[in-house]
Amino acid sequence: MEKEKLIGGEFKPDEAQHLLYLMVLTRAFEENAEEMYALGKVHGTMHLSIGQEAIAAGASSALTRNDYLLNTHRGHGHFLAWGGDLNHMMAEFLGKETGYCRGRGGSMHIADVESNNLGANGVVAGNLPIAVGVGLSIKIRKTDQVALTLFGDGASNEGAFHESLNMASIWDLPIVYLCENNLYAMSTPFDQAFKIEEISTRASSYGIKGVTIDGNDVFAVHKAVREAAQRARKGDGPTLIEAMTYRWRGHSKSDRQAYRTREEVKEWMEKDPIPRFAAKIGVNDTEMEEIRQQVKQDIQKAVEFAENSPEPDLSTILEGVYA
Amino acid sequence: MRELTYREALYEALDQVMKKDERVFVIGEDIGVYGGAFGVTADLQQKYGKERIIDTPISEAGIAGACVGAAITGMRPVGEIMFSDFVVLSMEQLVLQAAKMRFMFGGKAKVPMVLRLPEGSGTGASAQHSGSYENWFVHVPGLKVVMPSTPYDAKGLLLASIEDDNPVIFCEHKLLYKTKGPVPEEMYTIPLGKSNIVREGKDITIVATSVEVMRSLEAADQLAKEGIEVEVIDPRTINPLDMEPITKSAIKTGKVLVVHEAAKTGGFGGELVSRIMESEAFAYLDAPVRRLAGLDTPIPYNRNLEYHTVPQVENIVEEARKIVQGVY
Repeated sequence: MEKEKLIGGEFKPDEAQHLLYLMVLTRAFEENAEEMYALGKVHGTMHLSIGQEAIAAGASSALTRNDYLLNTHRGHGHFLAWGGDLNHMMAEFLGKETGYCRGRGGSMHIADVESNNLGANGVVAGNLPIAVGVGLSIKIRKTDQVALTLFGDGASNEGAFHESLNMASIWDLPIVYLCENNLYAMSTPFDQAFKIEEISTRASSYGIKGVTIDGNDVFAVHKAVREAAQRARKGDGPTLIEAMTYRWRGHSKSDRQAYRTREEVKEWMEKDPIPRFAAKIGVNDTEMEEIRQQVKQDIQKAVEFAENSPEPDLSTILEGVYA
Repeated sequence: MRELTYREALYEALDQVMKKDERVFVIGEDIGVYGGAFGVTADLQQKYGKERIIDTPISEAGIAGACVGAAITGMRPVGEIMFSDFVVLSMEQLVLQAAKMRFMFGGKAKVPMVLRLPEGSGTGASAQHSGSYENWFVHVPGLKVVMPSTPYDAKGLLLASIEDDNPVIFCEHKLLYKTKGPVPEEMYTIPLGKSNIVREGKDITIVATSVEVMRSLEAADQLAKEGIEVEVIDPRTINPLDMEPITKSAIKTGKVLVVHEAAKTGGFGGELVSRIMESEAFAYLDAPVRRLAGLDTPIPYNRNLEYHTVPQVENIVEEARKIVQGVY
């Protein structure tokens, strides 16, 4: 298809529709997860990405499913955008045997290695050193894959961030480092943890390209990831992308949000990435309502599937510790 | 059979497996031109190139993470941590990632990696370069822990560890690198989880690991002159741990001494003793099961202090003799 026929120069119409569906689905999934948590159907904790949906939609759509995904603890959107099946994802939330991780991982460790989705990670920056290994593996096997590696602003202050970016840069590893800067590391505001204005400027210490983009704009994310992936595939090494965004909810379920004002949250809610993308791709209110109805049905079906799925059998408690 | 040193045996294992299996690569600090701080990788970079013998910056978390990421995407990496002590800088990747990944993902992933750790005292390297930390890893479900004591075991266990689909912590003792022994030229594996009865005897069982196997064998020679017949067992892998030969031996001799170099408190000996006490051997014991281990101190620099920090041949002779004589 010729470039001018693509919406905003990036998406075919049905692809754009699908991305919008994924964003609405992610939000509805998380709202539903909150509800189920309140009802006691889901235990533990979860990290919601409500307000950050554009990054997942923009990033995964810029790569092939032959590439790799290294996800974060706030990664429901990325999991779905990578092609995760809603039913089995819901089942994992409910700790069921039919879940992606047979109920052993839950929200924080959901993975589907078979589809090159190498999992969410409960350790801040835990996936950054792993990305180096994935990059090396790609390089040694001489394939043209790319490793999309997600993390937050907080992770870029871990020592592992430095080791990972340095190793990836000296060896020109095909890694797209995508930092979701949502302005808070749990309760710590960005300006309290950084002397610099933009995390992407750290790229210069590794001699690689760094860009800061509007993380609430699907097009901007898609373009930045697409270009970074192109460089990586050509052997030009990693890129550090900083996508500016905001999480509407607290860090996790225990968060009372004493560290920020309602006004600030409200201000960011007005920059909601979903209606913004819908308007940009020309989806009207009626069509939007149809998508919402579709999502509602899909979630209902997933909840039914998950609730009707068996619990893991106690006799299998030790399975998976060793191969 | 021809003889090789422990170091040469490890080198040969790496050389042969890299020739045969393209998924295997080695990654660590100064392992290329330098040949490894203890010379194990020697000229492998000349043979296999910089892409498969990968010199890294000083980044231990990065080395461990590189192994995890490569392993989960189908490679068989072998990482080298220059001194076992520096593995503390890799712990997050080993304990929270490598060990748990398969389990967290519902058994649907595998992490076939080996991390080699040169450990132990006796070289004057003092407190930050002489530790023995193997039992930390025994306490982490999902990891395997291997401790070869001879050149033969070093080669066979390294090849088995590389073949294994789990993350393996491979503890080499620095004093053993120069020791010699028979090593077959062909590739062979020694199964992980198979204790080795190194010497048979009827009066007392000594279970020892790594360099302490060598010392226990020397002690057994001396005790034999006094008419005390020592059975020496080397578990070779401390997780998985093959208890059967140990329990059987305890039943036979009724007396057990456990010897390791790592500090006594919280060391592997405690686990081993507990397992013996929980086994059918309990009813056959004539004396308390005793531990001889490193003192609960960092390794000192002074030569004499260093020597007396960890069990030496004379300590083993004395302790075994006391047990046999019914002192305890």
